[in-house]
Amino acid sequence: MKKLQSFAQGTLVPVLVLIVWEACSRAGLFSEVVLPAPSAVAIKWWHYLLPAQPQEAGQSWLAWALSGELPHDTWSSLYRVVVGFLIGAGLALPLGLLMGANARMYTLFNPLVQILRPIPPIAYIPLAILWFGLGNPPSFFLIAIGAFFPVLMNTIAGVRQVDGIYIRAAKNLGVGAWSMFTRVMLPAATPYILAGVRIGIGTAFIVVIVSEMIAVNDGLGFRILEAREFMWSDKIIAGMITIGLLGLAIDTAVSRLNNHLLRWHRGLEH
Amino acid sequence: MSSPILINNVHKVFKTPGGDVVALKDINLGIQPGEFVCLLGPSGCGKSTLLNAVAGFQPPSAGEILIERKTILAPGPDRGMVFQEYALFPWMTVAQNIAFGLEIQKKDKAEIDLTVNQLLDLLHLKDFRDRFPKDLSGGMRQRVAIARVLALDSPIMLMDEPFGALDALTRRNLQDELLRIWEKLGKTILFVTHSIEESIYLADRIIVMTYRPGTVKRDQKVDMPRPRDPSSADFNDLKRELGRLVMEEQQRHADAELKLAAVD
Repeated sequence: MKKLQSFAQGTLVPVLVLIVWEACSRAGLFSEVVLPAPSAVAIKWWHYLLPAQPQEAGQSWLAWALSGELPHDTWSSLYRVVVGFLIGAGLALPLGLLMGANARMYTLFNPLVQILRPIPPIAYIPLAILWFGLGNPPSFFLIAIGAFFPVLMNTIAGVRQVDGIYIRAAKNLGVGAWSMFTRVMLPAATPYILAGVRIGIGTAFIVVIVSEMIAVNDGLGFRILEAREFMWSDKIIAGMITIGLLGLAIDTAVSRLNNHLLRWHRGLEH
Repeated sequence: MSSPILINNVHKVFKTPGGDVVALKDINLGIQPGEFVCLLGPSGCGKSTLLNAVAGFQPPSAGEILIERKTILAPGPDRGMVFQEYALFPWMTVAQNIAFGLEIQKKDKAEIDLTVNQLLDLLHLKDFRDRFPKDLSGGMRQRVAIARVLALDSPIMLMDEPFGALDALTRRNLQDELLRIWEKLGKTILFVTHSIEESIYLADRIIVMTYRPGTVKRDQKVDMPRPRDPSSADFNDLKRELGRLVMEEQQRHADAELKLAAVD
């Protein structure tokens, strides 16, 4: 009951916005090209979702149902985000652990990191195309850069803030260097690392849309740019809303994972 | 002699921006196997510094500390330590915290399970085995910390004001538990406290320390039979006597701080 109530409260503002928007459009306040009515966007979204071709013989129902443009684009974008993020975070995590735990590594790598960090991933676009050509690889590269720095910075901070008392207790129990790293430092730094992961996924989402506008011919970012060429504003907005929903779904999943991994953490006491 | 702690001419100097601070000076102590020894004194008397030196966290500036005739160079599981801040690993459950030291020693699974279950029983923690530390009260956390050290099965236990953060009832309850375990397992215990009553309630022997530089002011045997009655005449005579000694040092501490404040 309480859940239902908070759900109702949460939908109140979005629904109001939609009603006002629809009313303005019907009253003819904006041209349909500039800002189409939400009902028009919803219809477009539905067509975008539906399979374009009739079901072929031998094709499974599920494969047919997902053969539309929207499922295909969503899947392509998601695939790029996941691969790019895994590459970026996979490199950032060990480097961050090393830099956080070892003062010399920190001194060696920190200047380079600080110079590269402020460069937005978008600025790498020309090089990405030059180095990796067209297709998925430049996207992976750009997304990996976008995910790399948040994960790196948070991992370093996470390792550095590990309370000395845990290190002392572990030494007292006879813990050696490797176990200290894997069983004490890493878990103690997890809250920070996961916060970095969440930020990194957010960045990956921004970068994937931009990267799809340059070198590929599918994905949500590509579709939005394509729709622009034909002035299909309804399709542009349908694509944007899909990005919003996909982002929300991923963030919810990551947040669930966080809550599970950090079920020991005091910050989650309710 | 299975596990005496031998402290020989130990000095400890801390370098600070305001000059060197002599924290420990000429400390000579021999602790017998199975003995329960309390280090007593006001804050700043170096009792925790001495305990940390025995634990191997901060080596002495001069002199040496021997455990079973071997000089201490680093912390180790032969001297399990219980900290005032509990220092439990918050990402491990109660059972995992207790098992951790044994896993590090690569004991086999069945043996670890057996030890953990015995300790959960011994410290009345059975119903809490799968809880995380954040869900436990201070007293319960300290029970887990004691179990974690007992799991190491080391002959020596070091305790740094372990009950300092607990309320009076929980404190008495844990003191009784500790005495029960000590009598049962025959550990050698070196216990830091600033509570005079706690030291008389627990110890075979009380080392009263002076304020900076930390030296041994009084090496006091306590011969009262256990369980000791804090309202008895003997108990209170000793309490008064030790209270006088500690207050002298507390006064020196206060004077020194006033002098520092005056300089500022």
